[in-house]
Amino acid sequence: MTTNTQNAAILEITDLSAEINGRAILKSLNLHVRAGEVHAIMGPNGAGKSTLSQVLAGRQSYAVTAGSVLFRGENLLSLPPEERARRGLFLGFQYPVEIPGVNNVYLLKAALNAKRKQAGLPEVDAFEFLGLVREKMQLMQMDESFLSRGVNEGFSGGEKKRNEILQMAVLEPVLAILDETDSGLDIDALKVVANGVTSLRRHDRAILLVTHYQRLLDYITPDYVHVLMDGKILKSGTASLAHELEARGYDWVREEAANK
Amino acid sequence: MASTPHDLDNLVAQKYQHGFVTDIESDTVPPGLDEDLIRLISAKKKEPQFLLDWRLKSYRHWQTMQEPHWAHVRYPAIDYQSISYYSAPKAKTDGPKTLADVDPKLLATYDKLGVPLHERARLAGVAVDAVFDSVSVATTFKDRLSRAGVVFCPFSEAVQAHPELIEQYLGSVVPTTDNFYAALNSAVFTDGSFVYIPKGVRCPMELSTYFRINAANTGQFERTLIIADEGSHVSYLEGCTAPMRDENQLHAAVVELVALTDATIKYSTVQNWYPGDENGLGGIYNFVTKRGECRGDRSRISWTQVETGSAITWKYPSCVLLGNHSVGEFYSVAVANHYQQADTGTKMIHIGKNTRSTIVSKGISAGHANNSYRGLVKVATSAEGARNYTQCDSLLMGSECGAYTFPYIEVKNPSATVEHEATTSKIGEDQLFYCLQRGLSQEDAINMIVNGFCKSVFKELPMEFAVEAQNLLAVSLEGAVG
Repeated sequence: MTTNTQNAAILEITDLSAEINGRAILKSLNLHVRAGEVHAIMGPNGAGKSTLSQVLAGRQSYAVTAGSVLFRGENLLSLPPEERARRGLFLGFQYPVEIPGVNNVYLLKAALNAKRKQAGLPEVDAFEFLGLVREKMQLMQMDESFLSRGVNEGFSGGEKKRNEILQMAVLEPVLAILDETDSGLDIDALKVVANGVTSLRRHDRAILLVTHYQRLLDYITPDYVHVLMDGKILKSGTASLAHELEARGYDWVREEAANK
Repeated sequence: MASTPHDLDNLVAQKYQHGFVTDIESDTVPPGLDEDLIRLISAKKKEPQFLLDWRLKSYRHWQTMQEPHWAHVRYPAIDYQSISYYSAPKAKTDGPKTLADVDPKLLATYDKLGVPLHERARLAGVAVDAVFDSVSVATTFKDRLSRAGVVFCPFSEAVQAHPELIEQYLGSVVPTTDNFYAALNSAVFTDGSFVYIPKGVRCPMELSTYFRINAANTGQFERTLIIADEGSHVSYLEGCTAPMRDENQLHAAVVELVALTDATIKYSTVQNWYPGDENGLGGIYNFVTKRGECRGDRSRISWTQVETGSAITWKYPSCVLLGNHSVGEFYSVAVANHYQQADTGTKMIHIGKNTRSTIVSKGISAGHANNSYRGLVKVATSAEGARNYTQCDSLLMGSECGAYTFPYIEVKNPSATVEHEATTSKIGEDQLFYCLQRGLSQEDAINMIVNGFCKSVFKELPMEFAVEAQNLLAVSLEGAVG
């Protein structure tokens, strides 16, 4: 595992194009992310934000038509989704799915052990695991009953998103992609989720925040903000760009790009 | 579009693991069915006259009946004259008295199946009455059971030892005229299991029977009768496997349960008959009549079934709730993969006052399979305060399979409460991707999702069988998503 990897490249996306059902969504997208950085990907609906998340996680319904993605120097696109996950790529889902009858804690333990196996570590024992999970649950202000409930079964929108961040906290990814983690949250839940994410910022971890609104960025200050429109990154800047987008909308970015 | 990056079609072809044939000299009669054959079976079993008469009466009635075709299944016509109706392993002596007398090849067969015949069985607390083709060859723990007064033996033995119980109860739940296959079974059944639990006795262990069809071209017509006398309690499990054959084999069993006042019968089935190959060739036709009667007040009958096998399953374990405050339950997981066809469900007949029934049915379809739930909830005018709750869920894996639900509800008493809930879901590409994204393998993810779906049924199974059922499910569905 990486220690002291400040400034090491985590994600290098080069000229990435992808389509679904023959419709081009990503068009020659470029993005570089280094360890320790938090990048926000913003853009209007339909710009391809979720497509980018899904393609990086390996969803097969999206076809990559061109370009390359390196994850810590390794060709990410040749790996099946479970291998990407085991190497430390985590996707926080916009709509976490319910899996009735499967204990939340059971999935979490299976996920952690799959990752440990990949790293050549022994499976975590039940006692040790519960200790770890309880600690992380406090961080997310979740009570014990979450453990025995079915995965996302009957969870409110806020509970589902908190559960995603809990999983992230337990799995300790190298790259966390959080897809619209703020959608559907009231202000209290937003704070809890944002504080959770902030506490998971580390020098050897990169976070990609995919979001439509600026409000999440009030709580998590990104190092970089990118505007994803028309399937590519049209503009990049610092945290202040998010405020500008909030004030002016997105259209000016397209005009500016066209005039270049 | 495929839901995962693997080529799943390659994974679908999970081979049937119990497909071996034991080479033992069989005492098999030539194919064909007539009154002489029935007399022959009865004579071979040294049956009393009343039983022969009963068989002949059933046969004569069967000849007037038509094969039913209302089930949502399809198969070529069965030639009942081409089936051999009796096949028994040839005994070296008159019959095995102990395990040492049992043909070692037969024991090896059980070993492959994992039937716990030896000491480990006692450790597991399981008594096994093993039916090999038509004759029961070994029965364990009879002593311990008989000390408790429990009778658990092959049906043909019970005919000799307890003819009065047989005469009183046989056909009292499933009459010989009930349906085509029950009538056929009544005429030609060769063996099965018999259980009697005396008044007030709680059976000291789980009772278990493994059925297995071995000889080619033999129909298996077993007959099971379980009587729980007043205040008694018994849990019974049957597990089934059959070797691989290209031709189809007919299995038409009848199971009758009688629960008297305050008695409880829990009947669990793990059915893994050969389902045919991935092209739909071969496999067992499983046309079974199972019915329990809650005769006494506060009696209770609970059916739990995990059905993963057979080319065709046609089976509706039912409860007739006669006693006041009696309870009927049906918990079912039915899996159909490749070209399997399952038409299964239950009937709950409420006659007594304040009777209650619960139906939980989980159907899983994969490959090109069709899976139908067919259930009847009937509340008679006499059934004041009857209640039923039905939950019927279907899970589809892939796009070539089908799930159907045929609920029939007849209520003739206005005080009754009947609830029916049904869902159909596709094994989620979303669910699967979610698990993969958390690092689980495809197989682990499917097992987890399917087991979650079946959880409310599995928890009704005795512990050791719940584990077996989960394993069976994993084998049956390996790689079935595509």
